[in-house]
Amino acid sequence: MGMLAELTHRCPLSCPYCSNPLELERAAGELTTEEWLWTIDEAADLGVLQIHFSGGEPTVRRDLERLIARARERDVYSNLITAGVLLDRRRIDALAAAGLEHVQLSLQDSRSASADAIGGYRGGHEKKLAVAGMVRAAGLPLTINAVVHRQNLHRLEELIDLSVALGAERLEVAHVQYYGWAYANRAALMPTRDQLDRATDTVEAARDRLKGILGIDYVVPDYYARRPKACMGGWGRRFVNVTPVGKVLPCHAAESITDMTFEAVRERPLAAIWEDGPAFERFRGTGWMAEPCRSCDRREVDFGGCRCQAFALTGDAAATDPACSLSPRHGHMVALAKSESGADRRDFVYRSMSRREHFGRGSSAVLRPPADGSGSPEK
Amino acid sequence: MTADALGADSVPRLGRGVRLKDDAARGGWVLLAPERVLVLDDTAHAVLQRLDGKRTVRDIADSLAAEYDAPGGAILRDSLALLRDLAAKGLVKT
Repeated sequence: MGMLAELTHRCPLSCPYCSNPLELERAAGELTTEEWLWTIDEAADLGVLQIHFSGGEPTVRRDLERLIARARERDVYSNLITAGVLLDRRRIDALAAAGLEHVQLSLQDSRSASADAIGGYRGGHEKKLAVAGMVRAAGLPLTINAVVHRQNLHRLEELIDLSVALGAERLEVAHVQYYGWAYANRAALMPTRDQLDRATDTVEAARDRLKGILGIDYVVPDYYARRPKACMGGWGRRFVNVTPVGKVLPCHAAESITDMTFEAVRERPLAAIWEDGPAFERFRGTGWMAEPCRSCDRREVDFGGCRCQAFALTGDAAATDPACSLSPRHGHMVALAKSESGADRRDFVYRSMSRREHFGRGSSAVLRPPADGSGSPEK
Repeated sequence: MTADALGADSVPRLGRGVRLKDDAARGGWVLLAPERVLVLDDTAHAVLQRLDGKRTVRDIADSLAAEYDAPGGAILRDSLALLRDLAAKGLVKT
């Protein structure tokens, strides 16, 4: 069982596919150090084996070392999911000394100009390359996480080579999943079918070539799938997410489903929320399913797919995920992917705290990129 | 070294960021690795527990055969299969 600990929503980057909700939490509401420490204890007692310290950018929290040390004390494996740009050698050594076991570093692209434009942070890419070296120098295992989409997929080969050059043992090639910010930016991100097929071939060839050197995990985009992914390995089965303010979610995007009730670690023990909290009970198991899921022989393989995606595309969180070809909405999803990937749209709505009031879920409003021009990924 | 090259005389060890853990909540041992968890059966645990970066696969199989009073050939074969599988996943190195 794993826990995603979103320590903060603060982040120096503003990636247009950020997995944080549109309604970002501000620093003042964040759990305190003490609250996180007891949450880590409760997670260990519940049987959480790995904690993924994430955000936002988790390294903005100065107490990160203390939280990692507590995880280590409780024999829970700690993973840092970071953009890296705030790290230096001293901090990395301190995190390693606290017991950190693995670092996952994001890259937005293989080249500086494009990577910095996508992340909305000038100089970020070069900093990340340096940080990768520091992580390896500290003896920590390194995974590169590369979110891929229409505007960087043609450089996938370069991203793979770069990961090898940086000394990473693993690379996650993750096609954008379309909820929240990415949903708002779908038209600028959606790959074409042809791009997807070439990317899949590239990954398969690289896996062969780099056996024993670089392991590649590959997350495919739902919009071109025939069967949905088993999102989170099934709702409330092996994953729990704690948000910066302590809300306990079955999936990090669950707040995009607007009629859910979430409890927080400030209100009830983690184990109790996991056991019978309304958010976890709602889609746990198969009892909630309607047709075609209810009688499907894959109902305990994919658990009906993704609830957030079902909600985003049908308005009904209990509907079959439209990624499934058995969903009555599947054709609609395929058509969306086809039309949007064929459009020449490149402008992003950048993730930010101050702009969130400008649009809502699924809105087609698109804001201009930053005035300095760094918003153009092809610059 | 690649997974295919792992043989009886190889000296395997757990990869960087990979370790064993007693999973008290569910009972039994697991292998924790970057962003994955593998549930181990007793045999797999017995083999992995003995990886110390010094002993060869043959040494490990011999010690298991002695401890469990079991046929050494079968244990060596099973140990190699397990370790090659984990090496292919990048979790065991030589």
